[in-house]
Amino acid sequence: MISFIGRSIVQKIITLFFVSIVSFLIIHLAPGEPSQVDPLNPKFTREMVERFRAEFHLDKPLYRQYLYFYRDLFSGKTISWKDNQPVFKKIWERFLNSLPLFIVGTILTWTISFPVGIRSAIFRGGIYDRSSTFFSYLLISIPGFFFAYILIIFVVNQFQVPVIGMETFGMGDTTWLNRAMDRIWHLVLPSLLGATAGIAVLSRYVRSQMLEVEGQDYVRTAKAKGLAPDQVHYKHALRNALLPFVTMFGLILPGLIGGSVIIESIFAWPGMGRMAYEAILARDYPIILTLNFVSAVLVLIGTFISDLLYLVVDPRIRL
Amino acid sequence: MEHMNTDTQYDLLDEPLAPKRTRLEEFWRLFRKNRLAIAGMVFFILFFVLAIAGFGLTRGNNPVLDPALVRLQDKLRPPLAKPNLERLQPHEIPKLGVYIFGTDDLGRDVFARMLQGSWVSLTVGFVAVGIAVLIGIFLGGIAGYYGSRHIRIGQLLAVTFLIIGAFLVISKLIWAGVAFLICGCGCIFISLRIKKTTKGTPRSAASRLWYFKTISIDTVVMRFVDIMLCFPSFFLILTVVALLPASIYNIMIVIGLTSWMGTTRFVRAEFLSLREQDFVAAARALGLNNFRIIFRHMIPNAVAPVLVSATIGIASAILTEAGLSFLGFGVPPPHATWGNILSDGKRFIFDAPWLTFVPGIAILIVVLSFNLFGEGLRDVLNPKLRERS
Repeated sequence: MISFIGRSIVQKIITLFFVSIVSFLIIHLAPGEPSQVDPLNPKFTREMVERFRAEFHLDKPLYRQYLYFYRDLFSGKTISWKDNQPVFKKIWERFLNSLPLFIVGTILTWTISFPVGIRSAIFRGGIYDRSSTFFSYLLISIPGFFFAYILIIFVVNQFQVPVIGMETFGMGDTTWLNRAMDRIWHLVLPSLLGATAGIAVLSRYVRSQMLEVEGQDYVRTAKAKGLAPDQVHYKHALRNALLPFVTMFGLILPGLIGGSVIIESIFAWPGMGRMAYEAILARDYPIILTLNFVSAVLVLIGTFISDLLYLVVDPRIRL
Repeated sequence: MEHMNTDTQYDLLDEPLAPKRTRLEEFWRLFRKNRLAIAGMVFFILFFVLAIAGFGLTRGNNPVLDPALVRLQDKLRPPLAKPNLERLQPHEIPKLGVYIFGTDDLGRDVFARMLQGSWVSLTVGFVAVGIAVLIGIFLGGIAGYYGSRHIRIGQLLAVTFLIIGAFLVISKLIWAGVAFLICGCGCIFISLRIKKTTKGTPRSAASRLWYFKTISIDTVVMRFVDIMLCFPSFFLILTVVALLPASIYNIMIVIGLTSWMGTTRFVRAEFLSLREQDFVAAARALGLNNFRIIFRHMIPNAVAPVLVSATIGIASAILTEAGLSFLGFGVPPPHATWGNILSDGKRFIFDAPWLTFVPGIAILIVVLSFNLFGEGLRDVLNPKLRERS
């Protein structure tokens, strides 16, 4: 156990090192330079460009830039090229905005997809199963931005509530109840959209997992000895089908930082995805690289947690 | 006479053994039962034909349907509207006599633009997935077939020197870089010399050190896959596409280069199980070379899961391209793609909803049909599932 943890930590640190190199190379070897982002701006004279380059070490050779960047990153001193704000502070602010979206989206995903998947596994081949299968394919295939517009039109026309942004502007002196309702209305659509693909995929996965377990001998035995169907399905089958999903708790961690670029920019939601998009447009390399690095760390921590959970919940696995 | 005799003999022997069904017939028999997959395939073929027709009809200097022709007199006409004949110049009158999907805010025919966009979607989907599948088969094949071999110190040194050299040359330290490159070439030279003098079995201590085994090829390839999986994929694609000059080819290549990891894992897993099977052992016993074993015997057997993941990969590549166009990256403006028709139309969503709904529903139908077709293929090609149903 201890040796497994040690080994996998060392392995993940090596992976992280290579990720840092690859992402740095991708950004810096692409044609164009951040100092040339706005060549038509008359204020961007030659001296300004030189000063900019010197300020952010862009005139140094690439390996020196790499060392400078990651030194700053680990000492927490990285600053954005656009406004000289510390990167971690900016990311933290945006992260707090994205967090409610993530939490509501995750809760929706997990609470909707389980009943749907279990029900369609139990009534396999029936009308419910077939229609839920078709709907989950529909939800996987629909482009998020198109679906977003359909939902916006629908919600705005039917319920007459504002949906764009995080809250309605100029709600200063209303009661807290009004403000809370306003926040919730703004939260519903983006988090629902963020959850659609997850619901579709996860419910399919629940279904196939349930089907697998329902075909096992001990489920047939349970049925044969006359247990009530509910007991068979929920006590014997479901508990064993849950095993792979425990480990998936680790894998939702990267979603924390991902945020959806498209959905956040449609709803003008000032979250992580939108910040990434703005940083890309402004060629703000420190933010892009830091986001990349943090999300790689989260992916690695997520897989690590899911491996550990596997060890804990499944006594058959010995690593 | 004798020849005919043997023929009939064979017939008699063959007849009762098994119903004569080729693989394709068997496949079709199973596939036909899945109605959703059939619908998917029909739309798949329809889309294919439409995209090719669209390419033919909208290209050139004087196309049949001009997607870029601006008619400000006829802007924002609803679908199936007749053109305003008395106010249009003769060359501006649409050839079809009707705007099937209406016109946009510049009076361009949305139907023509959709046709042009369908070719973009088709090529992006197929080329991107083609690149991903080629890389996936190559790396997965290496990891699966040669995976247990180890990289020797000499090879490691050579590669490290070459990479550091290239890196230094790129970062404008030409002389140090060239020195490292020469060191790398020297390592290759030493390896060749040792191989030549010792015929592959090293004797002296130095050459044994040179042949010291480090990590296996499998580890290298799979760790590389792990590294690539650490990147948030849409964010990575967006970054690279935003940095590169806007062109459709860049999008295809970037999507291809960031989506090969799944195929690599599939192919590796297939190869690992296939290489233990009897027919591969038989092929090796017959003295076939590795090249022939891989390409003639193993890849045809490993291609089914790759095909399935490729079909679904096309769907997600089309979605990714539409998303990129929607955000305003990628294909430069006068050229229409489904994503940028939708993104242009979103400003008129209440006045001209067809500008949003026509491309949106088109993307939905095409992606859905690819997904359904792919899932149908998976059900048919997977023997484990086949027995159960």
